[in-house]
Order: sequence, then structure tokens, then C-alpha cells
Amino acid sequence: MSNPTTEAGCGNALFAELGEFIEGQSKGRDALIPILHKAQDLFGFLPVDVQEFVAAKMGLPVGEVYGVVTFYHYFTMQPRGRHTVNVCLGTACYVRGAQKVVEALTEELGVKMGETTPDRRFSLTTQRCFGACGLAPVIMVNDDVHGRVTPKKVAAILARYE
Amino acid sequence: MAIKLTIDNQPVSVADGATVLEAAQATGIKIPTLCHLDGVSSPGSCRVCLVEIEGARTLQPSCVTAASEGMVVKTTSKTARQARKLSVELMLANHPWDCNACVRNGECDLQKLAQDMGIAEVRFPYVKPATPIDQSTDALVRDMDKCVLCRRCIGVCQDVQGVGTLAPRNRGFDTIVGSGAGDNLCDAICVQCGQCSAVCPVGAIYEKDSIEDVWGALDDPSKHVVVQTAPAIRAALGECFGLEPGTCVTGKMVTALRRLGFAKVFDTNFTADLTIIEEGHEFLTRLKKALADGDASVKLPMFTSCSPGWINYMEYFYPNLIPNISTCKSPQQMFGALAKTYYAEKQGIDPKDVVVVSIMPCTAKKFECERDEMNASGFQDVDYVLTTRELGRMIKQAGIDFLSLSDGEQDSPMGMSTGAADIFANTGGVMEAAIRTVYEVVTGRELPMDRLHVAPVQGLQGLKEAELTFQNCLDDWKFLEGVTAKVAVAHGLANARKVCEMVASGEADYHFVEVMCCPGGCIGGGGQPRLTSNDVRNARIKAIYAEDEGRPMRKSHENPAITQLYKDFLGQPLGHKSHELLHTGYAAKQPAATS
Repeated sequence: MSNPTTEAGCGNALFAELGEFIEGQSKGRDALIPILHKAQDLFGFLPVDVQEFVAAKMGLPVGEVYGVVTFYHYFTMQPRGRHTVNVCLGTACYVRGAQKVVEALTEELGVKMGETTPDRRFSLTTQRCFGACGLAPVIMVNDDVHGRVTPKKVAAILARYE
Repeated sequence: MAIKLTIDNQPVSVADGATVLEAAQATGIKIPTLCHLDGVSSPGSCRVCLVEIEGARTLQPSCVTAASEGMVVKTTSKTARQARKLSVELMLANHPWDCNACVRNGECDLQKLAQDMGIAEVRFPYVKPATPIDQSTDALVRDMDKCVLCRRCIGVCQDVQGVGTLAPRNRGFDTIVGSGAGDNLCDAICVQCGQCSAVCPVGAIYEKDSIEDVWGALDDPSKHVVVQTAPAIRAALGECFGLEPGTCVTGKMVTALRRLGFAKVFDTNFTADLTIIEEGHEFLTRLKKALADGDASVKLPMFTSCSPGWINYMEYFYPNLIPNISTCKSPQQMFGALAKTYYAEKQGIDPKDVVVVSIMPCTAKKFECERDEMNASGFQDVDYVLTTRELGRMIKQAGIDFLSLSDGEQDSPMGMSTGAADIFANTGGVMEAAIRTVYEVVTGRELPMDRLHVAPVQGLQGLKEAELTFQNCLDDWKFLEGVTAKVAVAHGLANARKVCEMVASGEADYHFVEVMCCPGGCIGGGGQPRLTSNDVRNARIKAIYAEDEGRPMRKSHENPAITQLYKDFLGQPLGHKSHELLHTGYAAKQPAATS
């Protein structure tokens, strides 16, 4: 199996940290999900070489790791943007026009849901209910909550994030 | 402890721990199944075996529901029947309807289920995202549009073989069986054993078909097309024509091949005997170096090298143990190398016009013949490999009524063989054949065992061991006097891994280890007729031993055609010519596209 730790660059330190984390986990496949969480925290996403690293360290087939990564929506194989735009598609937001907000965002950013803009400025994702139904429809940019969003307000909100 | 329950009003008694499905089978009640693969896996995912259990809130999949005391099961109630039918209908909504043009037409589990359940109309339209067909390897084709997600292939790949190439990926409607972390099988670590193709219930994984290539060669008047058949074919080919597993069809097979137009019908058994001579001498040479010469560099145990799936496995997983693998090529490749040198020379045919076709129980053999190492004759030594299943189809394509054929005999010289070659077909066979010869070479006496069988290495136990002490050795082999050789036999790669781990850690002190990649050995190969259960394996093995015992010659070194081959062409075992044509080496590898 290819060993990404041999690759030069700042990746090395991240792989070393991930390797150390894996060492500290219980042996066996049960630890796979916490390890993938850690890996995504470190790298921002889970490219195949990171999955290969995890598989080799854990003694699992890479296909099994890939299967878990592609099963859970939380895990992503796409690099994340500097800012994450999260649109609430919970019931309250939905009935108050969240779908229109989604359309405005995808048009403004030129990417689909789950994707990242080519300049890595924004990643666009959805979630179900942030618990701010009184402000519906709601979007979150990083940790900032923006309420009563309309398609017209979208461009101005995005402009605040470089 | 026995458990008593009632199934369809019949009282049943089964051992504690049995499933409802097993209880039903014990009573002769047939519950349809699809994802369940006896002794391998029961993911309980297909819902084809649903039954009604009194007191249970919902219908239960019988393959994963434990039988319990006093349980009342109904398998034929309206609710159960309808639910099972619906499961199949929903699968069909995700399955192409081009059955007539499918490789599994007429022998498809889904087709059979639809027929048995009386599905007469299409209630749900076909909806499934299309996945490109993966033809990236020499051995296997994967068509995920036809996959019903039963996960049998994953069960054999992960648990039986311990390779783990195949795994489910994505979610919900987008779920497919993926290979490694890429799109194509050639990019994954896959040994190409084809066990997945042998258990697939539909046309989602199958051998890469070489029938048209072989027809092309046979139809070309400028080509001299010869065929070799692996030892395991004769005990399984009959199943393609409805014969019971374990029916030996050697004679009919030879006649069928002649009728297909092969110029010579030879036998891989010939080079199986040759392998015993070469590998036996290699083993004795290694022993001599280790025991008499004190050469610390010699690697023991020596591993057998006949199984290309096993070789792939070593190259991927245990490259450090590659020096332990016998340098002998597999019998298939020895045959190819000799057909285009020795045989061509003898017949006065230009080797460029000789086409070698192999009939193999194996998909990995398709990969093996394309390896860069396998061009010792100056040409690709073996041109095309057909699996047993493909040969069955080819015979049908030719309109040959297989069952009515009379028995034919293989051509000489490369069709002559002994019983020791027959048993290359099954786990323990190569070891037994080697011991028959090695013992006699060393002591000058016949192996003192009942009917020449090395009983401890026979049977379907995953890992088998035996010991053999040399006494009253001939002068050349005095260094072996009183030495006890320890041998082991493993089949199925998960068992092979155990041996590798023991050898790597120094825990095992074996001298000689036989490994066959597939469970049961080649008789259970990935290219054999479906479905190979343990009962089928045992039946085929029994047929092979009967073939062996029925032979006038049962030791490889007694084969006069092999003696002649050394006299006329090779010189001596492990000699210069043998080294050039019959031996090779391997190296660590990474997955890469092969075509």
C-alpha cells in the first residue's frame, strides 16, 4: 500500500499526528469512525491517501474504509472551503422558503450542494434544523447564524466572508 | 440441547443455535434464499427468505432468525408468500431486463426466483443509476447494474479469502459493491481468484470471456491450436450439462475438445507430473543446503507455486516471504513454455503458429498467462485461458451433445500423466504427489502409506499438517537419515494468511507448505460451475481420488513421457533448460492496470 507519510510537505506532521491518534485507539474496526472524525478534523477532508493511511495503520482493507467514508454524509472527500455555508432544510425553514435560498446560493457560488468553490472560499452544505426556527429560514456561515434570509440578501451575507 | 418447534404444522427438532432456515431444511421444507451463502455469510439483506412467526410483530428473515423452543413458523402463509414476492419484485425494479443477452441466462438465481414466485407482470418500472462496466482486469468483469447487493461476493472476498477487495460503498439508492477506493478492479488489491464470480447469483461478476478469441484461433487455418486441461476440470465439467457433482467426464471432455477442432488434446496433468519432478528436486536441494551444507541463506519452508491467486497474494501481502516460494512455474505455464519449444520442435512446426489454449478452473490463470514473466518460449507461452464454465458454454455453442459423446484419450506425448497429477486438483494433492516422489527418490522405496495416500493432508480442514521421517536413505541422501520433514497444507487465503503469519514470526518450523488459493483447492476454483458448496467440493475430490486410484501409474517419476522429455530435451531436473523454461521469480507489487 502506498505510504503517504513519505510525501514531503506539511502533510507529514498531520499524518504523524493522525498516526499517533490511531495508536491510542482500541484495536479492531470499532475505532474506525472516531479515527475518521479525527482525520477529517486534521485534514479538513478525507482524500484517498488519508483513507489508505488509516486502512494500513488499522490493518483494514481500504475498500472498507472507503465504504464508511462514502456512507456517512458527515465525511467528505472534497476539500473544504475557508468558510462553510450551511443551509437549514428543517421543516420550519423549508416552509418559509429555504429552497429558494438554496437556489440563490448555488447560483451565486456556481456550485452544487456538497461542493466547494474552485477558489476554496466557500463550501455549501445543508442540515436539518439548527434550533433557530423562530428566525426561519436560517443559514449558518461558519459559526454565525443568519436569520430571515431571502434570496436577495444572500450576496450581501457572503460578501462579509473573504 | 435440542429445540422443538413447528414449521408449517410439522414438528421439528434441531440443535440449539440452528436458524429457522436450517430447521426448515432439516425437515425438507424449502424456503427460498438469495443473500444467504451456506457457511460463508448471511447478511439477511435480501428479504427473500421471510417467514411468519407466531407472536412476532413483523415477518422475519429465516436465515438469520434463531429457532427457539415452541416457535410456530409458517412459510407458506399468504403474508409470507406476498412479502417474499414483493422483495423479488423490488429487486427486479433495480435489475436490467435483458436476460436473453446475459451471461447468466438460464442459470441465474434471480431469474429462478422470479419464475418460482410466479412473477408474471412488471409492476415497478426499472430505475437505477447506470454504472460503467468494469473490464479493467484480465480475469473478471463487473457489471454493477446487474448487482442485487446480496453481498455474497463481499463475504467470500473478506472472510473466506481475507483479501477484502470488495466492500459496499455509498448509501441508499446509490449503494454499489466497490473495489478498493477506486472505480476499477485493476486499481485495487485483488488477487483475481474469482471466488466472487463463483458465488454471484446474477450476472454482476463473471469471468472475462475468451471464447471468441479461441474460436478465432480455431477458425484460422494457419494456426496449430493445442489445448491443455487442468486436473480439476474433469471432475466438474459434467455439471455444466446437468450431471451430478463428482461425475468424472475425462473421456467425454477429450472427445468434445477434439470435436471443437483442437489439433491436439493434451493435459496439464503432464506438466503437473513435471512440476513434481522439478519442485521435488528443488525441495531436496533446499533441504540439502539447509541441513548438510549449513547454508543459512536458504529459505524454508518452501511454498508451492501452482496457484496464481496465491502468488498474487504473496506479491501484495507478504513480499518478504517471496524467497520461500518455489521457483517452479505453474503446470499451466510449464505446459505453454514446452508446447512452443519441445513440442513445436518435435513436430516441426514454427512456434509462432502454435496457439496454446488452457482450460482452467480458475480466473487468475487468465491473469497469469498475461504476466511478463511468461514468455520463455519467445512468445506468450499460453495464449488463451477458458474457465470450466466457458468451456461448457463453448461446447453448447458448437451444438455438441456432450452427454452422448464417447470417451476419447489424450494425445501423446503431452497428454500422458499419472495419478499424482490428477490430485493436483484438490487441497493436499500437490503435497501428496510430492511426497510420493520425494520419499521414493530419497529412500528408493515406495511411500509406505495406505494406497499411497497422505491421509493427514486430505480433507477440507483449513490448515492441515503432517510429518514424514526419512529412514534407510540412499547414499546420496544420507544427510536426511532420521530427519522428520514437517509439511503443512492450507487452502483459502484466510488460512494461507495464518501460515504466513506463523512463518513470518518464526512460530512455525515447516519444511514444505502447499497453498491453494481457493477453498478446497482448484476443484473449488473461481472458474468452476456454480455453486460450489462443501458437499460439491467433497464430491469433486472423491472423483479425483477415484481417478488417481484407477491409474496404472500413480507417481510422477514413473511417467515415461516425462523421462523422455528429460532425455530428449531438458537434460536434468533443475538443469539449464529447466531454469530457462520452467522456473521464474516474483517481486512485491502494487495494484496497477493490467490491460
